[in-house]
Amino acid sequence: MKIVLNSLDEAKKFGIKLGENLIVGDILCLNGNLGAGKTTLTKFIGLGLGVEEYITSPTFALINQYKGKIPVYHFDVYRLENVDELFDLGFDEYFYGSGVCIIEWADRIDKMIPKERIVIDIENGNNPNERILLLSGDEKRLEELMKGMDLD
Amino acid sequence: MIRGVGMLTLAIETSCDETSCAVIKDGRQVLSNIISSQIDIHKRFGGVVPEIASRKHIESINNILQEALDTAEVGFKDIDLIAVTRGPGLIGALLVGLSTAKALAYGLNIPIVGVNHIEGHVCANFIDHKDLEPPFTCLIVSGGHTYLVQANGYTDYELIGRTRDDAAGEAFDKVARSIGLPYPGGPHIDRLAKIGNMESVAFPRVIIDEHTYDFSFSGLKTAVLNHLNQMKQKNEEIIVEDIAASFQAAVLDVLVDKSFRLAKERKSDKLVVAGGVAANEGLRTMMMERGKKEGIKVYYPSKILCTDNAAMIGAAGYFNYINGNVSDLGMKVMPNLDIK
Repeated sequence: MKIVLNSLDEAKKFGIKLGENLIVGDILCLNGNLGAGKTTLTKFIGLGLGVEEYITSPTFALINQYKGKIPVYHFDVYRLENVDELFDLGFDEYFYGSGVCIIEWADRIDKMIPKERIVIDIENGNNPNERILLLSGDEKRLEELMKGMDLD
Repeated sequence: MIRGVGMLTLAIETSCDETSCAVIKDGRQVLSNIISSQIDIHKRFGGVVPEIASRKHIESINNILQEALDTAEVGFKDIDLIAVTRGPGLIGALLVGLSTAKALAYGLNIPIVGVNHIEGHVCANFIDHKDLEPPFTCLIVSGGHTYLVQANGYTDYELIGRTRDDAAGEAFDKVARSIGLPYPGGPHIDRLAKIGNMESVAFPRVIIDEHTYDFSFSGLKTAVLNHLNQMKQKNEEIIVEDIAASFQAAVLDVLVDKSFRLAKERKSDKLVVAGGVAANEGLRTMMMERGKKEGIKVYYPSKILCTDNAAMIGAAGYFNYINGNVSDLGMKVMPNLDIK
């Protein structure tokens, strides 16, 4: 499924709607180049999830945790090169935990992430603020989400 | 012994990629400060690899500890206080340091103080500047942190501004990577910026608005990446020196401007810079020049004390202890610990 966002404003609306419809156990994988807007989209999703703190880049800390309506675990695996490195960090425990997981650069740890996931690949569009989102993953959950979000 | 006089603090820092142990006398004198730089391992990966970091901490901490004692020419029985980084940082890495510190405090039956890593960076300045006393305004900038803080006392820090997205040092590392520079990117950008033309590209200065002291560097990073893409599409030559100089100027303008704005608002006559990015020559020069103009004295630590190190944790631990802040053995690591 393809969604075109023409501006930061459209991205905000989309992110909030998506956040409002996420439930405990959802795993959201965000892929895209440096500067594609993964952390920015996560900020908007956080708004929809009722997170009041600033959502900042987790590149350094690897995982940031936020209190929303449900717990939000925000990962960035940019600095990881090897899936084995995740085992010692206990990341997998979060995937089966009691919150929503949002994982930046998820394609780098593809094998570690449960199959029941929503994947968003973010690509740059024709102008600097345009982004093309390609949604895939668990078909049933994706259908449910889209129905709930009721996008025009 | 009078509380705080002739006191020896053994400090441990393992919040990210450095394992470090130090012995500090009375908060400002370094008897030893051993840092096992793991930069060579990390260079291969283009970033800090946490699993390797944790494992390296476990492998090296006992040796570093012994070396810190040997260099200071003291033994365990001479130590009066244990100081240890409690957060923020990588949870696995923090646990190695905290567990070691607790074992030592329990075994030696001496007090332990858990230290905020960010406060530690500020306290690095107390070591290098014996005359420095609060109150002052402080900018803490590193790979993971960007904070503007008003220090009202040795252990009283008021958080005024912070990054809303990327840390300043993170922007340096990511831009460096995009123009093909090795990790860590900051020193390379600093070096190239000296020979590049800082006016070649007008990258945005993100102020957010006049009413906040918060920072934002994500948009600047994206602006640099967009510029590089456009140049590639047009087949134009990318002069990395010019990109580095223009990018660095955009970051430093905002850092310097907000720091002095806060210092003036709070009527501080001292501005203290700390953290890894405080080693940036461009930042130091700009801060000093602006300080001269504004009549505000600028302090920054020696380069070794800008990096993550245990000496600064020892200084912070000492000042906490003499102000009555002691931790107990039940304290936990706090990966998201914010400065208070």
